[in-house]
Amino acid sequence: MTDAATDPPPGRVVLDDDDISRALTRISHEILERNRGAEDLLLLGLHTRGVPLAHRIAEKIAEVEGHPVATGSLDVTMYRDDLRSHPTRSPHKTDLPAGGIDAKTLVLVDDVLFSGRTIRAALDALSDLGRPAVVRLAVLVDRGHRELPIRADHVGKNLPTARAERVNLRLVETDGKDEVTIQ
Amino acid sequence: MSRHLLSIDDVDAAEIERIFATAGEMHDVQRRAVKKLPALRGRTVINLFFEDSTRTRSSFEIAGKWLSADVINISAKGSSTSKGESLRDTVLTVTAMGVDGLVVRHSASGAAQQISQWVDVPVINAGDGMHEHPTQALLDGYTLSRRLGSLDGRHVAIVGDLTHSRVFRSNVKSLTKLGARVTAVAPPTLMPAGVGDWSKADGFATSYDLDPVLGDVDAVMMLRVQRERMSGGYFPTAREYAVGYGLTRPRLAMLRPGTPILHPGPMNRGLEISAEAADAIDQSLVLDQVSAGVAVRMSVLYHLLAGEEEGTNA
Amino acid sequence: MSLLIKGARILGGDPSDVYVEDGVVREVGVSTGSPAGAETVDADGLVLLPGLVDLHTHLREPGREDAETILTGSQAAAAGGYTAVLAMANTNPVTDTGEAAERILDLGRQAGLVDVQPVGAVTKGLGGEELAELGLMARSRAGVRVFSDDGRCVADPRVMRRALEYVKTYGGVVSQHSQDPALAPYATACCHEGELSGRLGLPGWPGVAEDVIVARDVMLARHTGSRLHVAHVSTAGSVEVIRWAKSAGIDVTAEVTPHHLLLTTDLLAGYDPTYKVNPPLRPAEDVEALRDALADGTIDAVATDHAPHARHDKEHAFVDAAFGMLGLETALGVVATVMVGTGRLDWAGVARVMSHNPARIAGLAGHGQELAAGAPANLVLVDPSATVTVDRDASLSLSRNNPWHGRELTGRVVATYLRGERTYDGRAAALA
Repeated sequence: MTDAATDPPPGRVVLDDDDISRALTRISHEILERNRGAEDLLLLGLHTRGVPLAHRIAEKIAEVEGHPVATGSLDVTMYRDDLRSHPTRSPHKTDLPAGGIDAKTLVLVDDVLFSGRTIRAALDALSDLGRPAVVRLAVLVDRGHRELPIRADHVGKNLPTARAERVNLRLVETDGKDEVTIQ
Repeated sequence: MSRHLLSIDDVDAAEIERIFATAGEMHDVQRRAVKKLPALRGRTVINLFFEDSTRTRSSFEIAGKWLSADVINISAKGSSTSKGESLRDTVLTVTAMGVDGLVVRHSASGAAQQISQWVDVPVINAGDGMHEHPTQALLDGYTLSRRLGSLDGRHVAIVGDLTHSRVFRSNVKSLTKLGARVTAVAPPTLMPAGVGDWSKADGFATSYDLDPVLGDVDAVMMLRVQRERMSGGYFPTAREYAVGYGLTRPRLAMLRPGTPILHPGPMNRGLEISAEAADAIDQSLVLDQVSAGVAVRMSVLYHLLAGEEEGTNA
Repeated sequence: MSLLIKGARILGGDPSDVYVEDGVVREVGVSTGSPAGAETVDADGLVLLPGLVDLHTHLREPGREDAETILTGSQAAAAGGYTAVLAMANTNPVTDTGEAAERILDLGRQAGLVDVQPVGAVTKGLGGEELAELGLMARSRAGVRVFSDDGRCVADPRVMRRALEYVKTYGGVVSQHSQDPALAPYATACCHEGELSGRLGLPGWPGVAEDVIVARDVMLARHTGSRLHVAHVSTAGSVEVIRWAKSAGIDVTAEVTPHHLLLTTDLLAGYDPTYKVNPPLRPAEDVEALRDALADGTIDAVATDHAPHARHDKEHAFVDAAFGMLGLETALGVVATVMVGTGRLDWAGVARVMSHNPARIAGLAGHGQELAAGAPANLVLVDPSATVTVDRDASLSLSRNNPWHGRELTGRVVATYLRGERTYDGRAAALA
């Protein structure tokens, strides 16, 4: 039932804490530009590491706009297409703002975009939760190797990888430090 | 977690907490416009009920359906023995149709455990005779912990027909696993056989007298008393039982203010519980129990059936 | 037709030879020659006992020939060292007439492996209300002397009193299944009432439901001056009452089953109906009291209560499953393990409780006799040190409700002889 490997083996550092911070700043500006402001904006982080990333982006947007931005978290465990090939995992909390997601400009925030299956599950989950006006996707790292027709609207860093390589993201909130490594 | 849920013995405290946590998520789903989750899509769950129970059966049925399982109800009441078919025959016939999980209710103690030895799918005990009703105990514990927070060190009185109660047997196990102190209250005729040694070994208290217990408890759970127990000589009249062991209006006043009241239902108003207690606003958790029942059963179905087919769950 | 058994330890004593001719023991001594034409059996190291007598067997024929027949039950009995069994009356139809009793006697003779002596019902159809034709059963060719409603208790004290009085005419005895059905209802009570029944939520069968009937019956036996036999005693309380009754000169005898001498209530924890039996398995304190009572003579006999059941009658929820377990083939091994192995009984004691006393209680003249010249050659040869791991699939019974499966017992039947004819060859069985 443990979700996060707490101590990933060391690998090559491809993004350090400054890189991550710059990438998130850029994503924040892109979102604002694309949305022409923060109105009706909802940042929805995907468990586990998408949730703190969504909060960081929201803080950066709030600094620019001068007022808070709505955030939430989404757990897609129940919607995964590989549920049956793993031991049962406990779902995390799905937290939505009081107003729900209807008619919002909803930005899904995740850490690493890989096969696209998590995002597929997230889109299914959203359709059970309401009807946003627009859904966009922001990821810190896009490492390629998509298995579904899904792309991100905002990407912190495109990272060419071999399929067998592992991309590990650590965040202060969950792992004590910010870095992205490849091994 | 064990492959089956036959008894509270199959789950430890950490697993109970995990079931509660998932139930919390399911509880939120119950409030959505779209209540379905796809976790058990394509899975078939059979509610195999050898004993009537509309409440428990519907609760399991809704739980299964909200997880997108195909749920089939089979009422096998009065089959087997009378037809010359053995219980094993009945169960093998049903599972041969191709099922992924069995929810079993039977009037005989131990039936779910026996059935689990004959089939190769997870079995959930939805009540076996006087033995156990583990999902009821889990929903009771879940309801209480939502109200009280951690149950560690809390004092819970379970009052009523303990001898014939599977709810009592499951609850005393789950509540003590969660760190609660349990006092079991009943007249001597409705105390289970050998409860002296049993309570000593498992660390709960017993009392024939309800009044001195009430002032000290953090929650009180009233059990249904069947009126036919009177003809069995367990107690003389309903009136005498209500005076001795019912949660009457004067007893309500002996509880600390706001002390939660649970009852697994269906209630005998005027016998084990007065209308004032059953309807006490912010105190009676009876309807919370029913709503928690679906969430907890969703959680149990999810944990036992959603993961990989073989092997035990982490 | 003659037989020479060489070097057997009679009742566990010094090696001796036994010469049998025409079904009768002719000579017992150390240096018997080897008469021409006699089959010689090397019994070096083996114990020779009189053929065992079972006071309490369910052969299921007529009525449930899918569970056991008189033939298969006889085979199992011979394999257990028995030369006579009393067939309980709860068949379908019930053995409550002379004709029914004669039929069982005849089927037993046809099988020809053990003497099958019918037990007659006390009441018509085991109904507990009207006396069955006790006199006609006694006068029939079967010569019924033991009457029992086994499976049901003769609960009505008036009926029990009349039955005790009535059987005096024939030197008969009432073998009582002691269970007060108000305290332990037949349809539900299935687990010794105590901590385990409380935990498992199984309807309790309290020991006191037996004790009160035994206490009542010994007083009725005293009042009527008749003979009472207490079937399958299972509680320390009953033992106390019987001990007192014997000291008071009341004509009471008692039997205990092998399973009540070894198996305990805790086996029910997994709800396995193999361990469902009536009276139920009791806690260790009762088992201890029963062993003591068998050793000191308070309990006179070991009786199997061999109760075969078809598999589908056991594959129900515990409370719905049939009562009873197999016992004929394992009884001697259990008694040897529990009583001889622990020094509570010697082999003469085993002969007393498994042959002499049951034959005397049942009034079977040809069985349970002293192994001396002139006695019918009903014999069993036992290897006292051989250990056997019980395998239910090796049983000669038609049924498989065997609680001893997988258990190791010390003491193995090597051969059984009924009136000089070998009815079981354990050496051949061991090779098979």
